[in-house]
Amino acid sequence: MTRRNLLTTATALLATPSLARAQAAPRVVVIGGGFGGATAARFVHRADPRIEVTLVEANADFTACPFSNEVIAGFRDIAAQRFTYRAIAADGVRLVNAEATAVDPAARRVTLGDGTLLAYDRLILSPGIDIVWGGLPGYDEAAADRMPHAWKAGAQTLLLRRQLEAMPDGGVVVISAPANPYRCPPGPYERASLIAAWLKANRPRSKLLLLDAKDVFSKQKLFQAAWAQLYPGLLEWVSLSDGGKVTRVDPASNSFETDFGSHKADVGNVIPPQRAGRIAALAGVADRTGWCPIDPVTFESKLRPNIHVVGDAAIAGAMPKSAFAANAQAKVCADAVALLLAGSAPAEPRLINTCYSLVAPGYGISVAGVYRPLNGLLTDIDGAGGTSPLNATAAQRTQEAEYADAWFKTITHEVFG
Amino acid sequence: MILRAAVVLAALLTCAAAPPPGASSCSGCHGGVAPLPVLAGRNPADVVAALDAFRAGTKPATVMDRIAKGFTHDETVAIAAWVVVQR
Repeated sequence: MTRRNLLTTATALLATPSLARAQAAPRVVVIGGGFGGATAARFVHRADPRIEVTLVEANADFTACPFSNEVIAGFRDIAAQRFTYRAIAADGVRLVNAEATAVDPAARRVTLGDGTLLAYDRLILSPGIDIVWGGLPGYDEAAADRMPHAWKAGAQTLLLRRQLEAMPDGGVVVISAPANPYRCPPGPYERASLIAAWLKANRPRSKLLLLDAKDVFSKQKLFQAAWAQLYPGLLEWVSLSDGGKVTRVDPASNSFETDFGSHKADVGNVIPPQRAGRIAALAGVADRTGWCPIDPVTFESKLRPNIHVVGDAAIAGAMPKSAFAANAQAKVCADAVALLLAGSAPAEPRLINTCYSLVAPGYGISVAGVYRPLNGLLTDIDGAGGTSPLNATAAQRTQEAEYADAWFKTITHEVFG
Repeated sequence: MILRAAVVLAALLTCAAAPPPGASSCSGCHGGVAPLPVLAGRNPADVVAALDAFRAGTKPATVMDRIAKGFTHDETVAIAAWVVVQR
């Protein structure tokens, strides 16, 4: 007997009082069709096919962020990042291609852009991130046309790629990295690495300046060792302590200001401050930080009942904002939602994250963690997790790059395939 | 009485069906794309032995040594029994 059948049987036997009275299938609405939301929709349906699952996503298809730094650096075609929702719809998930514009937590209703109302018993939000426009002075939506963020994959990714291709040899690429928290903690450093790899081969007299609002970052020792080995004199990281914090950008002159001076870029990439996607605040599940506090067992919001939040938007304690984490959280959340709708209490979960970065094509490094709920937050299990060894062999770096590639194929197949 | 028995049965079935803690994360990597090993259909004892060896540091690893340390042997047994029967 498969797990799906067991859960279905259990749910049918339980016939939860409220739902039985209503003589209707429980309704779950998922907002956001990225790694978190698409996984959640699929796995709620799998856990209990009786549940009517609706996935609300504004875009017709999905462009994945992991590996988009390879697209920016010219090592990968963006077509490899694109996925459709066809297989999810074929599973029996109802797909609604629209923007969710409001949530009424008391009435348990979602409003769509055209005014349509969707009723839910439980709502799962996986809205990803929004850029905080103006959070970095000078950086508004218009500025992103000149100085791309490329922190949501798609048109911005291609814009940054085109700017690099158009840059003459001897040019200066400037990247600014934000303070924590933000989507994909090692992302700025992987991006700097891969752009440096492209510059080294194609614009060898150029420089890359990485201005950082932090003194410490994910996989730092591994990145810095690789930079010293592969990109000496090409890639320069400027820490917070060394004046790396960008205080203003000027799109007209393509320049980055710090407390210590101004850096004019030929190609300027601003990775700006972020918060949970807009619908989180509209639903009342984002707190003053802009992110969403959740119960670490069920991922239910600590601010509004019957609304769950997974992925980058959630405050997941020690778990980073990664695609792997969003997928792992969504599976735990989906099982919890199915159990709650069946009148059962989910057991305490454990979650894993594994996150690969490339410092050059064929040179991979990773960080992993195992997490459990402790004092209301997902907490690192002592003794587990950590980064690839500093003294790994070249063969191990190659192997990690191959595993990264296989991971991407596997997870995108699980979510979209 | 019958209802009560049904509820107890349902609770038991639900407990048996839910993935043991940590198990649902595995399919993020282990889903059938080489060179990452497939778990479905394996002998669970082999999966337990591999995880025990990763935890002990006696089997070469890139990342599984770091992940296996987040679970006890008993937790590993439960995870292995579940992952090998997933589709």
